[in-house]
Order: sequence, then C-alpha cells, then structure tokens
Amino acid sequence: MASTIFRSFQVHSFMLYPTSLVTRRNGVFRFTTKASQSQTETQQRQQTKVSQSTQSKKLDKIPKDYEAVIGIETHVQLSTLTKAFCGCPYNYGSHPNSTICPICMGLPGALPVLNSKVIEFAVKLGLALNCNLALNSKFDRKQYFYPDLPKGYQISQFDVPIATSGFLDVDIPMEFGGGHKRFGITRVHMEEDAGKLLHTEGENYSQVDLNRAGVPLLEIVSEPDMRTGIEAAEYAAEIQRLVRYLGVSNGNMQEGSLRCDVNVSIRPIGQSKFGTKVEIKNLNSFSSVSRAIDYEIARQVQLHREGQEDQIVQETRLWEEGAQKTITMRKKEGLADYRYFPEPDLPAVILSQEYVDGIQSSLPELPEIKRRRYENMGLSMQDVLFLANDKNVADFFDATIAKGVDAKLVANWIMSDIAAFMKNEKLTINEIKLTPVELSELIASIKGGVISGKIGKEILFELLSKGGTVKGIIEEKDLVQIVDPSEIEKIVDKVIADNPKQLEQYRGGKTKLQGYFAGQVMKLSKGKANPGLLNKILLEKLNSQS
Amino acid sequence: MILTLQTPRPLSRLPRFLPFSTNASITLNQSQPATSTSPSPPHSQILSTRHSLLSRQFSAADLLRSHLHRLNLIEPHLRSFLHLPDPADLLAQADSLDRRIAAGEDVGPLAGVLVAVKDNLCTSDMPSTGGSRILEGYRPPFDATAVKRAKELGAIVVGKTNLDEFGMGSTTEGSAYQVTANPWDLSRVPGGSSGGSAAAVSARQCVVSLGSDTGGSVRQPASFCGVVGLKPTYGRVSRFGLMAYASSLDTVGCFGSSVADAGILLHAIAGHDRFDATSSNQDVPNFLSHFVSASSFESKPLKGLRVGLIRETIGDGVDSGVISAIHSAASHFEELGCSVNEVSLPSFSLGLPAYYILASSESSSNLSRYDGIRYGNQVYADELDSLYGSSRTNGFGAEVKMRILMGTYALSAGYYDAYYKRAQQVRTIIRNSFKEALSQNDILISPAAPSAAYKIGEKKNDPLAMYAGDIMTVNVNLAGLPALVLPCGCVEGGTAGLPIGLQMIGAAFGEEELLRVGHIFEQTLENCSFVPPIVAEDIAS
Repeated sequence: MASTIFRSFQVHSFMLYPTSLVTRRNGVFRFTTKASQSQTETQQRQQTKVSQSTQSKKLDKIPKDYEAVIGIETHVQLSTLTKAFCGCPYNYGSHPNSTICPICMGLPGALPVLNSKVIEFAVKLGLALNCNLALNSKFDRKQYFYPDLPKGYQISQFDVPIATSGFLDVDIPMEFGGGHKRFGITRVHMEEDAGKLLHTEGENYSQVDLNRAGVPLLEIVSEPDMRTGIEAAEYAAEIQRLVRYLGVSNGNMQEGSLRCDVNVSIRPIGQSKFGTKVEIKNLNSFSSVSRAIDYEIARQVQLHREGQEDQIVQETRLWEEGAQKTITMRKKEGLADYRYFPEPDLPAVILSQEYVDGIQSSLPELPEIKRRRYENMGLSMQDVLFLANDKNVADFFDATIAKGVDAKLVANWIMSDIAAFMKNEKLTINEIKLTPVELSELIASIKGGVISGKIGKEILFELLSKGGTVKGIIEEKDLVQIVDPSEIEKIVDKVIADNPKQLEQYRGGKTKLQGYFAGQVMKLSKGKANPGLLNKILLEKLNSQS
Repeated sequence: MILTLQTPRPLSRLPRFLPFSTNASITLNQSQPATSTSPSPPHSQILSTRHSLLSRQFSAADLLRSHLHRLNLIEPHLRSFLHLPDPADLLAQADSLDRRIAAGEDVGPLAGVLVAVKDNLCTSDMPSTGGSRILEGYRPPFDATAVKRAKELGAIVVGKTNLDEFGMGSTTEGSAYQVTANPWDLSRVPGGSSGGSAAAVSARQCVVSLGSDTGGSVRQPASFCGVVGLKPTYGRVSRFGLMAYASSLDTVGCFGSSVADAGILLHAIAGHDRFDATSSNQDVPNFLSHFVSASSFESKPLKGLRVGLIRETIGDGVDSGVISAIHSAASHFEELGCSVNEVSLPSFSLGLPAYYILASSESSSNLSRYDGIRYGNQVYADELDSLYGSSRTNGFGAEVKMRILMGTYALSAGYYDAYYKRAQQVRTIIRNSFKEALSQNDILISPAAPSAAYKIGEKKNDPLAMYAGDIMTVNVNLAGLPALVLPCGCVEGGTAGLPIGLQMIGAAFGEEELLRVGHIFEQTLENCSFVPPIVAEDIAS
C-alpha cells in the first residue's frame, strides 16, 4: 500500500430502510467495482472434515523437546437477516455498496440500534460453549482509523463480554491419534464487521465496499490449550459444527463467515513461561490452520535450536497458501491503544435469567452430546464422527433409527452407498430423494428377508435418484425375495441340469465351483432367491450322489 | 444601574407576535387579538398564528412573505443563517397549506409555523455542515427525526442556523463560516453553540427554532438573546440525525419567544424513536393544555410549589446583575404562591471539569467518522495517513481540534482511569445530588449563565474563561435532566439593556411541570417584554 489514494465518494440519493430487506439500488457511489471481482464462489458444503494426507507426516516433525502453545481467535459472522445495528441485509457476493444505509456508512447523525437476534445468537453460542453468561454487559467502542471502518471505531465489547470461561470438547479423529480433548474458552463477545478494501492490480487507488460493514460477529477467544496444528484445526472444525448446529452462522470459511487467527509460541518442555507469540492470519481452511501452525512451530523450533530465539518477535504473519509458509505482515510496535470506552449510543445489554433459561431449553442436541450418544449405541468412533459432523446427516440418521432399525446398519448404509451417491452427485443429504422412513423400510425389508441385500442396493439407488417407496418399487419390479424352498429347488435343479460339465468337475473335487452354481441360480432368479436357502439347497443337491 | 423585571424600553407596547409586516393587507390592529389589553389567548406566536390561519385572517403565504421580508432585512446584521432555501420552495409549501385550509382539511399543530434548524441537525433538502469546513456542502440523505416530525406536523423550515463547529463553543464564534451577532447588541455574541437559532427567534426571523444542548448550548444562548430555551430530558427527543458531539449528553432543544411556543415545538418532536436506542419509551404528556390565558389563573397559581434556588449558582464569579435578576425572579415565584428556599449542591463545581473530560472524550470518538473517505472534504494524498491527517487538519477548526486532542488523551491507556472513569464517577455523584435536591423541591432555579452576553472576541482567545461560562448548565446535562430558560430581567448594556435568563430545572421527564410553571411565570411577568431593539427599530421604520 505504498501509494494508495482513497477517492472520496458521495451519496446521491438515499432512503432510510428501517425494516426492508430489499437490495437498495439507489446508493450510487462515484466508485464502483467490477461485479465479477466478488462474485459468490460456490459454497463448499463439506469442509468440516480435516483431511490432509500430509498432516501425519508433519506430526512426526514436531520435535519432542519443545512444546507449542496455541490459542485461537475465531470470528463467526452471524446469519441474521439484517446487520447488527441497521436494517440492511447482508448477502455475500452482492454488488459492492449495494446493501448499505446511512447507519452502516457512518453518516453524520446516524445512530446504531441493536438487532436483538445478535443477543439471542450470542447467548446460544455462549451456552453451547459452556460459558458463564454476563446478565449485565455492554458495548464499547474500539477506535482506530481505516477506510473500511466507516465510523472510525468498531462497536465491540471490551471489559464485560457477554460470555466467559467456557470450554469445548473435541474428539480427535483416529487417523490423527484419536482421543478426547477439552479446550478452554476465554470469552465470547459481540461486535460488528468492517467493510472491505478492493485493490485493483496496477491502479494507484483502492476502493471501499461497505456491504460487510456492520454485519454482526461473535469473536470467540480460546485459552492457549492447543499443542498441535491438528488440535487447532479440530477445535476450529468443532466451532464450525457448533455454529451450524445452532443455526447462528453458515460457518463458511471461504466466504469469511468463519475466520481463524491463531497465536503460536513454543517453549522447551518443562518450561512454564510462555514463549513469544506470533499471530498468523489468512487461514482459509482447516487444513491451512493445521499446516500453518505446524510450519510456524517448525520455524520457531529451528530458530531456538540455532540459538536465535530473539528472532521470534511479536508480530502478525500471513499464511501463504501457495508457498506453504508464513511471512511477516506487520511487526507490532508496542501495544496498540484502541482507547476503548463504553458505547454511549447503545443501552446496556441486560438479560434476564428466564430469557437465558428459555434459550438453554431450546438448544438443539449439540455435537458433543450427539457423539456420546452415538458412541453409547455401539457405533465405531469413525461412524460417530462421520454422522455427527453434519447436523443434517445426524438428523437423517436419528430419524431413521427412530423407526426401530439397527443403528449400525443405518450407519453403514449412510456412510457407504448414500455418502458415495451424495459425493458423486454433489448433493447434500437434504437434497436426495431418499427419506429416513424409506431407508428404515429398506433395511427392515432386507432384515425381514423380503428382499435380498443385493436387491436392496438396487432399490436404494432408485430411491436416492428418483424417490418413491420401498414397497412401491418392490411391487412394481416384482422384487420380492424367493423364500419358498420348492421354488428355489426348481431353479437349482435347472441350473445343475444345464451344467453337467461343471457338476462333474465339482464332484471331482473342484468344490469352489459352488460359487459358480450359486451365481447361476441367482441370475436365473433375477437376484430374488434367498441366499441362505439357495446355498443350503444347492449344497444338498451338489453333494447328493444320486 | 441594574434593571430587573423592569421594562428596558417601552417595548411592551410593541407587538409580541406576528405579523411584522409591510404587507398592507395585514395591519397590526387586525391581526392582534391581544397585546396591551388584558390578554385572552396566551402569549404564543404558534397559537396566534394558528388562530389567524384557521380563521382566515391571513394566509400562510402572507405570513411567510412577511417573515421572509423581516428575515432578509435583519440577516445582514445578524448572520444567523448558514443556509436559506429558495423562497419559491417555501412559498410553494405555504400555498399548499393555504389550499388545504381552504378545502377545510385538518392541518397539523405546526401548520405554517416557520422553524429555523440548527445546522448540526440533518435536513435532506438543505446542506448540513455542523458549522464545520469538513462538511462544507454536505447534503444528508435523510431528515433528523426532530426535523421530520416538525415537518410532518406542518412546520416550514426557513433555513439552517449558525453554530459553533459541531456544537463546541459558547459564542457561535467557533463557526467555520461566520460570526453571528446578538440582536440586542450587534457587537455582542448571541451565545452558543445554538447562537444562530437563538438569535433568529429573538429577531423574529422565524417563529421557533431547533437547537441542540450538550452542555448548555440551548439555554445559554436563550439567556443571551432573551428568548425561551428548552432543554428536554436526555432521551425525550430522538438524537437521530443530530451530528453527535457527546452522545451521552446531547439533546435536541427548542427555542421560542414564549414558553408555550417552545413547549408546543417540544411536544411535536418528542417521543420514542426506533432509530435512537437511547430515546425513551416514556409517554409524552399533553402539556399543551397548560398554555392558557393569564386571565384564567388563580390568584396564587403556583401555590404549594417548592422552588429551590441553587446556592452555588449565585455566588462568586456571577455578575451582580444576574444575581439580582434571579433574586427578583425568586420574589416573583413567591408572589405566585411558591415557597423558595436555597438549596446546596456541593458537587456543583465538579461538573465543569467532569463535563469537559466526558464531552471531549466522546467527541474525540464521534468525530472520527469525519475522515474524508466517504463524504465531506478530502485532501488528496499519496499516503493513507497523510490523507487522514490533511483532511482533518484542514477540515476542523481550532476548538474542535483541541477537544479531540483532550478527549484522545483522556481515553488513552494509562490515563483512562484518572480522567474518563473518574469523570463518570463524578457524574454519578452529580446525578445523585440533583435527585436528592429534587426530592425536596419541585423545581430548582439558577441563572442560565454567569453574565449577560459579552462582546464578540472578548473570550475568543481564552477558552478557560469561555468554559467557565458553562458552569450553570453543564451539571444539568450530566444529570440528564430537563431545564427551561426564560428571560426574567435585564442588565445594562447595548442600547436597550441585555436580557438575563432564569434556568428552571425539573425532575427527569418532568417537562410538563416545567412548562406549566414557566408559562405561569412568564404570563404573570408584568411590564416586561423581550423584543430586541433591532426588531423594534425595524417596526418603527
């Protein structure tokens, strides 16, 4: 930003939209930007899973004589219909400065009025993070100058955050060593987002897009309880899961709805004093959280080993995804003085215990509770983590087992064929045509012997892509399993009669030809023969010497 | 010689209300149902305007023309307005009102009332500069709630009035654009920061006006200009659209040439506003019923009212003429049946330093938005910091810069506890002491300022002397209470004496009682009229 010219702009005509959610078109600015610059990227739906083949390798790199201390600040953008302090909507990727008003632009005389949903969401998340809620908190102003900050201060919470002293339970996946971890939560506070600066390559000016200005955020500050990149990434993934379960945010990292800044320091094992911490920004996925931290740990350990620990300075470093390393963004010269003071435009935030209790009782079953429940059903940790990862999948699973079918069977179906179908078709579980009722019906039909497992799979794909009912498909296609021994015997007889050569070989000792016969019977029965009966009858026939 | 409760000049024979006109069709005799004769309607320009309009004595257009004539005649001497709209636009509004009256339609309680608006209140159809260079030519996209409500009730906004930049000052000399003169003596300041609004009402350039009061900016100029100034309870009137100076102290206030006028205007603009989270949900009582004729008063209309005279406001540093005027006012209260006792507010003197710390702190934050990025004047620069620095250096005046520096200092790490936090503690003490005093008294009285209007330039280079002049008013803002200032006497000065204002302080949301008492006080103040010589001379010519 060596030579940056911020061009002033003027509003031509404006209306104040108290309640409307319409996109305003009359906020015309002298600056605009190419719409393509910030078009919505396709939403990544399944990003919770932290899977990086490289990570297990990195794990080994962490030296045994040093310990890393990691804390995370997470900003969660709340999915309220309107911004925190005005009636503007926020839609990621909207044309720049199309959803702004005098309030979020910080025009003279404009005042903030708190969106009560922000409080509700903050209380939800605070409770879900097992925090103490402050029944009497307030907003403060955090003051600094930057062109994306219209008022010259950010409305935030300073000394009395809405929630403090909580914790988050995380199950580390088996591939990363497994285990259950509890990470402390220092605080959760409410604040507003800033706008965005748009830089055009080769131009000597920057443009300001205030669409995001005033969007409500919750900042979650963790205790410095993480020790590895994986732990940090799993912590972040659990936060994402939590906000999605609670419905307070879409938790999308690519769109910036969930942003993680991590603080990393190292110290020799056994030392209680913390080392100098370095902040890392620009982490756009869980795997970048993990890799950036592991890189930073290695960098710091290297400096320590070389006796250059004084080169580790308090600074903000940027994760470069391309180069897979962190680089210095800015060194901190002393502590920034934000001159916090209580926001005089907003009354104190006073909550009644009844209000908090009401929200507590309306909370959905949270991921941790769900995982423990699934675990108690006898599911493997892999199943548990998969099912509880996505609330919609978990809801589907729960609705299916509510019909009384075996949990393990349901888990298997969801994790194998259904998951594969969703992946191939790029659909979410809410978008497939299969319903929990039909899945339970399908499983029950197989278990009850009405259809074979093989037929079951065929029906499944029919249900997934076209919908319908299990009963309907069975009837329509005449797929009911043949369980009448005499009918199977007839088919077996026919197959044996048609294959004298193979029969001879079998009887000559090549008994593995049994599979061939079974296959032929199955084929002739169009897959409907009951496999147990089939094998029993087939064996009898093959082995009878008459 | 001190003139208190005395007619400074034989102005009382002059009309107290509209029209001042050269329009032959409106003669003074026709249009004045009551002046020197025993009054039937109370002294109120709004009420008599309404009466005249509805009874078709004259039209809104006539009224407007006569006012504009006066306004333009006096304006070169006073310079109370920063912006005057095209008269044709105003006439169109008046014509439209006349058509509605002719058609027998209901018109709002402020129909045809000419309102001047302080330039730190946003108006969508006129520039709004806050008296600052940094907002030169700035036109807001919305009306301040107070302006919007007045317009909705039929008021016609005749212009934007001068002020100390962003309300920071007590003389209106702090305007980036012009110095406004006091109508009573053109060599004197009108007070401030709402000096333009006070002078405009005093000189009858408009009927009523809107101002803002953060530390006395309505009350002190009302006192200096001899008009009624009403500072409502914090939260009574929406601050939406008022360019913030010190958010926890700012209030939108009203000026009128009578208590009734100020009260009627307040009634129009008061009440909860969902655009201001600090505006109160308290109901706005109908204080209009109290604005009745003096002839309907009982012999002791304020019998039983307990009036507390704040001892700390009539001591050292207060002009003797002011003290005499206040003592006379106290006697008048007693004549009306009140009991008057001195009451002590020991924390009173702490108000001034606490006020200047809190107001500066908040202003240092509130003025951060004037950064030259989105609106207002920008100085182009290659570096972001230079852009900020140059735009703000160029855009803000000296007083504003000083307060930003003081406030930034007071909020800085390491100083916060010693200044801001301590000042907040003082504020709590002050609030409690007022509460205590108001539990024993129905209203408290004091001067509105330690002196009458002083000379232009007299205190310009002595900010501490100017700040000291706010001693009478800042405590009321710190306590968030309503206060009414009305002229109660005069001291020597100028060609016709200078008015002195009495401040009446009420309990929170006690505007109704203040207005009732103020109205009775005013209507029973005999042989005293507060029309400045510039108006009298104009009428005479």
